[in-house]
Amino acid sequence: MSWGQQAVIELFWPNDTGTKRVNTRPNNKLNSGMPGQLRIITGIAAIVLFAGATAAFAAAWQPQIAAMAPPRPDTFDPDIVKRGRDLAAIGNCNTCHTVHGGGNYAGGLPVPTPFGTIFSSNITPDAETGIGSWPEEAFVRAMRAGVSRDGRHLYPTFPYDHFTNVSDADDRALYAFLMTRQPVHASPPANQLTFPLNYRPLIAGWKLLYLRSGDVSADAAKGAEWNRGAYLVEGLAHCGACHTPRNALGAERVNAQFSGGDVDNWHAYALNDTSHAPVRWSADALYAYLRHGWQADHGTARGPMAEVVGNLATVADSDVRAIAVYMADVSAAPAPDRKSPTDAVAQSASTDATQANAAGAAIYAAACASCHEGGRALPYGGVNLALSTAIAGPDPRNLLNIVLSGVGAVAGERSPIMPGFAASIDDAQMVALANYLRSKFGKRQPWNDLDKAVRDARAVQATSLAAGDATAESSQRGKP
Amino acid sequence: MMTLKVNGRDHQVDADPDTPLLYVLRNDLALNAAKFGCGLGQCGSCTVIVDGKAVLSCVTPLLLVEGKQVTTLEGLGTVAAPAPIQRAFMEEQAAQCGYCTAGMMMRAQALLMRNPKPSDARIRAEFEPHLCRCGTHMRILHAVHRAARLMDTADAASDKSVR
Ligand code: FES
Ligand code: FES
Repeated sequence: MSWGQQAVIELFWPNDTGTKRVNTRPNNKLNSGMPGQLRIITGIAAIVLFAGATAAFAAAWQPQIAAMAPPRPDTFDPDIVKRGRDLAAIGNCNTCHTVHGGGNYAGGLPVPTPFGTIFSSNITPDAETGIGSWPEEAFVRAMRAGVSRDGRHLYPTFPYDHFTNVSDADDRALYAFLMTRQPVHASPPANQLTFPLNYRPLIAGWKLLYLRSGDVSADAAKGAEWNRGAYLVEGLAHCGACHTPRNALGAERVNAQFSGGDVDNWHAYALNDTSHAPVRWSADALYAYLRHGWQADHGTARGPMAEVVGNLATVADSDVRAIAVYMADVSAAPAPDRKSPTDAVAQSASTDATQANAAGAAIYAAACASCHEGGRALPYGGVNLALSTAIAGPDPRNLLNIVLSGVGAVAGERSPIMPGFAASIDDAQMVALANYLRSKFGKRQPWNDLDKAVRDARAVQATSLAAGDATAESSQRGKP
Repeated sequence: MMTLKVNGRDHQVDADPDTPLLYVLRNDLALNAAKFGCGLGQCGSCTVIVDGKAVLSCVTPLLLVEGKQVTTLEGLGTVAAPAPIQRAFMEEQAAQCGYCTAGMMMRAQALLMRNPKPSDARIRAEFEPHLCRCGTHMRILHAVHRAARLMDTADAASDKSVR
């Protein structure tokens, strides 16, 4: 099957060979055993249907829900507000809805997508520019169906494909939390999307294809903890939004759930059985990682994941553990090349790499080994690089980002730190080092096009430094 | 033997390429401003400037600085003619034991060369790799702002209007 056919099929039958357990609707019969030509014809027919359906759906404009005067904060039950706070932390709401130096939840963060830049909205209770005039039912509808109070369709950068799984009670708690925040008067900049993507009714067609409403169905065979984890992961925590690859229309590929995705110039690792972690993740290891931001057999949360961990800090142990239990199960049976920590380290003692790449080996020995082979466990020493997913994984960006920018200290916590080398290592040295680490510790084929990846990572690092100078933002946990 | 460019002069040094820059500066060239604090890139007391950027010299082997311009605190000013950053630190009394101070000044110098008017938040973020066990942080913050103004003033010799 060609890529084109595959793409058509994935676009239109996203549940083909669906592994996403939570959407247990029966698979479309058309998906299997169809000869190639029929598939193409069906695909074309589907495109026509899609266009028609979009038009039809667009005509069925979502009704506006009448505005109301912002409710007084003291009309909300403090216990529900508190629950909403924890839920908002699990949902990582502030990461997208707050810009550094701006008001909390006041929006305006540019979210780059392959289709253009979308700016996050103001979700403070400001009546004019936020959601202050939204009745609870409008908020619940936005979470459930991705529709704004005024009836406009919201872009799926707001992950309502996950939030649709959030329970009414949790939506109400989130509403109570947000409506009791400090109102901030701030309108986000206009989205930068080209025609026809700036035509919102098209989103209705997207929803027809990809928005599967309905609560996460419980699995009685699994324990309560697992089910709680499934509910959080597939819903509010929206882990798949980064860790699942997306198709040409920007929807998560359900038949590749958790097989790794992209976010903000970082690679979000595969979390299913295609994971490249040299050591299999256990529920205990995941729990420790999510709780503390590092785990001795795997390493340190950086980039966007560091923000996730930072938010989880206030969340109850039981919920963090539930997420870990469910995700450990998702990561399924260990692939044969996955080892115990001791095996992974023992097998890394190859000397070939040193001979083949003397420049890289010399840099590693002089600049990296004193911490990474110092015999001190995380968080006081560096992780043994034979355990590093960044080095074993298919995408070099995480390794390059971390070598250039290092790992900053986390205020008030015992956490690993690493100096960044952007100021002392040049591009050729960086390539040599990355190649060396890849063959010595990753024991895998060299990454393709490493020179370009290094140039790109350097550009991102420089841009982020310049942006920091310009906007006076304070440093953010884990961001380059 | 390799050539190391420090404070505008070429030095012939007889050291292995994996030797930390800090060791060569202190032991071979007797430039003792940069301090050995942790040797692990965790405290900032060894900070020097390499090609305009602040670098932790304890985790920077010689092989990474070959052909590059290294500047240490000794290269910025003297007791008789202190550089603006040194003057600012003295005028703000931004030192207690002084162990971290040379590294702090080099970080500040690199920041101000890149960004002549940094915000408070920027300075704090920039100094994240630095530790001061004596608690001079607020004075350092003031000193960096003062240095920014000194560098901005044509006559840096007598600026009573600052602060
Ligand atoms: S001595 Fe270099 S950072 Fe501490
Ligand atoms: S002045 Fe003593 S460590 Fe900073």
